[in-house]
Amino acid sequence: MSAAHDHYYLPNPSPWPLIASTGLFTLALGTALTINDLGAGPWLLLVGAVIVAYMMTRWFGQVIAESEGAAYNEQVDTSFRMGMAWFIFSEVMFFAAFFGALFFERHFSIHWIAEDHLLWPGFRAVWPTSGPKGAAFTPMNPWGIPAINTLILLTSGATVTWAHWGLLKNNRAQLIVGLILTILLGISFLTLQAHEYYLAYTHFGLTLKAGVYGATFFMLTGFHGLHVTIGTIMLIVMLIRSIKGHFRPDHHFAFEAVSWYWHFVDVVWLALFILVYWL
Amino acid sequence: MASAAANHEAHPAGLKRWLFTTNHKDIGTMYLLFSLLMFFVAGSFAMVIRAELFSPGMQIVQPYFFNELTTMHGLVMIFGAIMPGFVGFANWLIPMMIGAPDMALPRLNNWSFWILPFAFTLMLSSFFMPGGAPGTGWTMYAPLSIQAGIGMDFVIFSIHLLGISSVLGAINIIVTILNMRAPGMTLMKMPMFVWTWLITAFLLVAVMPVLAGTVTMVLMDRHFGTHFFDAAGGGDPVLYQHLFWFFGHPEVYIMILPAFGIISQIIPTFSRKPLFGYESMVYATASIAFLSFIVWGHHMFTVGMPAPAEMFFMYSTMLIAVPTGVKIFNWVATMWRGSLSFETPMLFAIGFLVMFTIGGLSGLMLAIVPADFQYHNTYFVVAHFHYVLFSGAAMAMMGGCYYWLPKWTGHMYNETLGKWHFWLTTIFFNVTFFPMHFLGLAGMPRRIPDYALQFTDLNRVASIGAFGLGLTQLLWVYVVYQTVKGGKKAASKVWDGAEGLEWTLTSPPPYHSFATAPVIE
Repeated sequence: MSAAHDHYYLPNPSPWPLIASTGLFTLALGTALTINDLGAGPWLLLVGAVIVAYMMTRWFGQVIAESEGAAYNEQVDTSFRMGMAWFIFSEVMFFAAFFGALFFERHFSIHWIAEDHLLWPGFRAVWPTSGPKGAAFTPMNPWGIPAINTLILLTSGATVTWAHWGLLKNNRAQLIVGLILTILLGISFLTLQAHEYYLAYTHFGLTLKAGVYGATFFMLTGFHGLHVTIGTIMLIVMLIRSIKGHFRPDHHFAFEAVSWYWHFVDVVWLALFILVYWL
Repeated sequence: MASAAANHEAHPAGLKRWLFTTNHKDIGTMYLLFSLLMFFVAGSFAMVIRAELFSPGMQIVQPYFFNELTTMHGLVMIFGAIMPGFVGFANWLIPMMIGAPDMALPRLNNWSFWILPFAFTLMLSSFFMPGGAPGTGWTMYAPLSIQAGIGMDFVIFSIHLLGISSVLGAINIIVTILNMRAPGMTLMKMPMFVWTWLITAFLLVAVMPVLAGTVTMVLMDRHFGTHFFDAAGGGDPVLYQHLFWFFGHPEVYIMILPAFGIISQIIPTFSRKPLFGYESMVYATASIAFLSFIVWGHHMFTVGMPAPAEMFFMYSTMLIAVPTGVKIFNWVATMWRGSLSFETPMLFAIGFLVMFTIGGLSGLMLAIVPADFQYHNTYFVVAHFHYVLFSGAAMAMMGGCYYWLPKWTGHMYNETLGKWHFWLTTIFFNVTFFPMHFLGLAGMPRRIPDYALQFTDLNRVASIGAFGLGLTQLLWVYVVYQTVKGGKKAASKVWDGAEGLEWTLTSPPPYHSFATAPVIE
């Protein structure tokens, strides 16, 4: 609450919140119908996705225009920063639910199942497992693709920071090269992960249906992969904006927000690598 | 700065004003009206439930539809009536109380609201799906929720939408409080209502994503063959309960901390004394929030947890009585030797104090593991949480409504009718829910449409009370309507004992509260 108490920034009435809600509703309804093989489900899903994508482009576009038009003061900048930080905290808690599930199933539930000789005779609680009735599978070797992916993501964390240094020094070339490198590393990560999923399904019998190991493996790595995808899209937007000449050394909240998000995705991966693949 | 400085009173008229608004007062009004609507929707479900329970045997609804109603009564009251109601208060009051022109992120604010009507359309439409709405209870325990019909998917997606709304709304409130305070408004000078909402918002950001993750696991188990909650694949239905109550217990405090805040504003005003022990009140609120993360197991004592876990959850739960006791003590001490007067808001506050304490004490009884084995899943639990949620959360909002309505509308409400509303609500509430303690202790299970003959008399009493309670709320709507339409002009400082920045503004306040920041000594 340092600056600018003499003039507050108050945005004009905006149609985007209502359009965003309409899009989310259509998307949710479409998904609910699609997974139950009902009526126009897929079409609604598509329409919802288009509305959400269009809304995001326009709403973010408006905010970018306001930002570049110097409409925002220091207080707005702080509000945005705090908002992004708390949003990332909510994401941490979302992942915590799935890590919690992994911890509980691995350290409690499979042991309780093994102790029950009447219901599940002959089941031994050894991790990884697909449970007493699950199909056989081979778990992922952490020192293959996952180790390479760890290296890729850690490197991308360094390149995005290098890009940030470029921005702070007003070195536009370093900013752009750093962003391009980060995006390429992100895409490499996603490609390798797609290949890993392909191998899991075709060679290792490791699927979503492979008991608790399959469920926690795919939900954790899947949601992480989704976040890498979102992060990569955000980085691409930052690249386009950098090429267009947006951002100044003292005014680049969007870039920092994206880099925070990218580091957050990086940290989640480290937890995944250790707790899902390695231990 | 094109829009802001030009004209603070300018805004579009008609429907567009409400659809596209970025104004905290408009959004607060929409939240409050939506909450009132959902209060009546969920309340009407309760009326059907009580009508069915008026006599033993099956009368007016099918057993499965009864289950749908108990589920939807809970979900709609919690996510539709209580939570949005408090967000409405937060929207209206926080900017005025901290000396800000509006919320920190006004467009996000409007989005948080407009998700709600869509989310509840989705949730309530599950009634019309093949198989109907889920009959799982609002807790949606696996494996029942895994086996439920299509309606469950609608509820899951509506919970995702509600989660987005709550998290975005909570982020906005945190950022507003931390970043928009007027110069000199230090954290420890903030009104208690602002403090309780800061802590509530933190709880929301921390646990709503956990609920989103949990219902996502249910969705995956239902449609994509995962085994999170299925022992055949190494999963465990008990995991669902742990995850759900890790969200569920902080959720309980999400629904009561803002009520504490409202009560902490009302009691000093009508005692004409500052709040006793302000600092201890802040620390007690923070302690309750912290403890809320480590007590969830008390909702599932009978599920077969290891004994050390039961002990831990029992003692941590009982510990909550300490900060809560501090609060009750402080409210009573505020009234001690105060120059008391008993306008409608004060009546609601005192009613809250007495009846919330009854609910708190029955909660302490439920915290004791061996006792809970008897009380679990009986009407005793229903009595307990209605004492904290109706006479706690809902009546605090009613009190808050009478307290700030003159500020919001610029008109005084009808004091006589307000008092009638209070007394009828209090009497009918106790007629409805006090007998449920006895029913529960005698062994009547909750969520069952039929019961043994010996429970008939007390159920009749409860049903009559419930119908009275429901009808009484129409009186509330009438008083609010009358006040909005007209009435005696309210002064800026509506109550002579009131303290705080909101009373320095006119009644009704300007469209944007503080165009320039006020100075706080």
